[in-house]
Amino acid sequence: MRIRKDHTRSLIVSLAGVCLLGLIIFLADTLGLMDSYIRGIFIQCCFAVIMAASLNLVMGYLGQIALGHAGFMAVGAYTSALVTKAIGLAIKAGSMPALSNVAQFFIGLLCGAIAAALFGLLVGIPALRLRGDYLAIITLGFGEIIRVVIQNLPFAGGKGLANGQAGQALIGIMRMNDLYIIFAVTVVCVAIMIAFVRSKFGRAIIAIREDDIASSAAGLNTTHYKVLTFVFSAFFAGVAGAIYAHRGLGTLQYSDFTFLKSTDFVIMVVLGGMGSMTGSVVTAVLLSVLPEVLRAFADYRMLLYSIILVLMMIFRPTGLFGTYEFSLYRLLSRLFRKKPETLSSAAKGDV
Amino acid sequence: MAESVLKATNLGISFGGLRAVHDFEIDLKEGELVGLIGPNGAGKTTVFNLFTGVYKPTEGAFYLDGKLMNGKKTHEIVAAGIARTFQNIRLFKKMTVMENVLIAFTKDIQYGLPGAVFRSGGFWREEAEIREKAMELLTVFNLQDKADWNAGNLPYGQQRKLEIARALATKARMLLLDEPAAGMNPTETAELLACINTIRRKFAITILLIEHDMSLVMNICERIVVIDYGEIIAQGLPEEISHDPKVIAAYLGE
Repeated sequence: MRIRKDHTRSLIVSLAGVCLLGLIIFLADTLGLMDSYIRGIFIQCCFAVIMAASLNLVMGYLGQIALGHAGFMAVGAYTSALVTKAIGLAIKAGSMPALSNVAQFFIGLLCGAIAAALFGLLVGIPALRLRGDYLAIITLGFGEIIRVVIQNLPFAGGKGLANGQAGQALIGIMRMNDLYIIFAVTVVCVAIMIAFVRSKFGRAIIAIREDDIASSAAGLNTTHYKVLTFVFSAFFAGVAGAIYAHRGLGTLQYSDFTFLKSTDFVIMVVLGGMGSMTGSVVTAVLLSVLPEVLRAFADYRMLLYSIILVLMMIFRPTGLFGTYEFSLYRLLSRLFRKKPETLSSAAKGDV
Repeated sequence: MAESVLKATNLGISFGGLRAVHDFEIDLKEGELVGLIGPNGAGKTTVFNLFTGVYKPTEGAFYLDGKLMNGKKTHEIVAAGIARTFQNIRLFKKMTVMENVLIAFTKDIQYGLPGAVFRSGGFWREEAEIREKAMELLTVFNLQDKADWNAGNLPYGQQRKLEIARALATKARMLLLDEPAAGMNPTETAELLACINTIRRKFAITILLIEHDMSLVMNICERIVVIDYGEIIAQGLPEEISHDPKVIAAYLGE
């Protein structure tokens, strides 16, 4: 049980790290540094982290190119927004006991995530029969289909599928911009995804990425693991969508979920390193903050991204972090000259 | 008479008009080691692909322990007890030696998604268990010191061994080895021979072996089946085969 003991310590250290981050947010908040603009960027970072991490499961670990992740985010965003709106109306009408905003948000979030997961299943079963470029194109197609359908749904601000007119924005969505709750949701999501990767599931999908035929010869039901990962990933895209929908603007527009949005997340994953959760988190934060800092050059953002991507492909094709995972525990152990007992297995993300 | 483990009757597959394998019959008894030989392109690997569900037979049938295996998917066949290695080694090169073996245990792991995500007691118990089992298996192949290596960094001979270890980890009763000695030098081949003998003793496993290295085949196989153009042209004891005029004709031309 040596691994477990090591793991428990590592978990405690990580928890401490998270608390420290929380404390920083708290301090910044009490010092009045968190105006609504900074809050907006913070929430932006949080959902980008969840999106990039969940996309990394499919792109990095499973090794399948998926270009429709914004579609699942849209499903999560609209579902959760409609659910919280309905709950709000029901409470107003007195047909439902009063619930706190937080409770409403979580109900919406869960509904959004489950809806996105269902769409993941619907898309994943046919799409994952393909691979490589074909899968990329079909996921891109599905992502757009989801968006265009939403754009026309009468209850999501559209004018009905038969009319074919561009719809309006969905308005009057509840605000949920409590930093601590968003932060906590993000941490929990990323932790769950890391746990997934460091279990038989992660091992199996990495094996499938490495060699499909050998995986089935080793007894893996490859289709099962592929679809499962796709659904799992869509679930978290739904969570991110819910955070996005309630970020405080009160509106949702179908144009928020175009193909370009999916590309943003693909860029985060590729830049960070396919198969590195650390990479996804770091680049998601970076690429959410940078555009704000470089507002003046906003027009050249996509141009800059493409240049960075091309340079990256030439000089560091594995991404910033490759498959490296940061571990606070390992860092501390090194700093204090105490060798962790299972250094190599910890480095490999083994349990 | 020992029990029949793998049995094929009139097994065959056609790709369009091409009959790649035709009327293939074999009956492997428990614990036997049978060689499958034939000139290049004779259909040996196709036979393996049929037995592992990569191709679905278009004629005939094959049975494992008397159970019909036709049309089953690869992973179902592995679960039933047939495992294989590949002619061109297929390891998970960027995973560790240990992880390569762990993958083969995956199908027996009970914990599900909730167990993995919330790190249940079962998760820890099972993960520890399969690590222990994998280590035992690696020890048999003398790979225990390299458990943390990336599989792709192992020397060639050890990669072959690891592939066999992974196949055995599926708890197979029937092992199909596709040219295990290909590309090996004489020392490595001798080591492999010893290794195959050890696993036969230790795991009481039935083996079907494709091989071009005649000295290896003649040395360890109890029976030999020769195919050419997808059909069996001879079978019998090694000495008989080496004097069979049809076999000589197939290999040397008439």
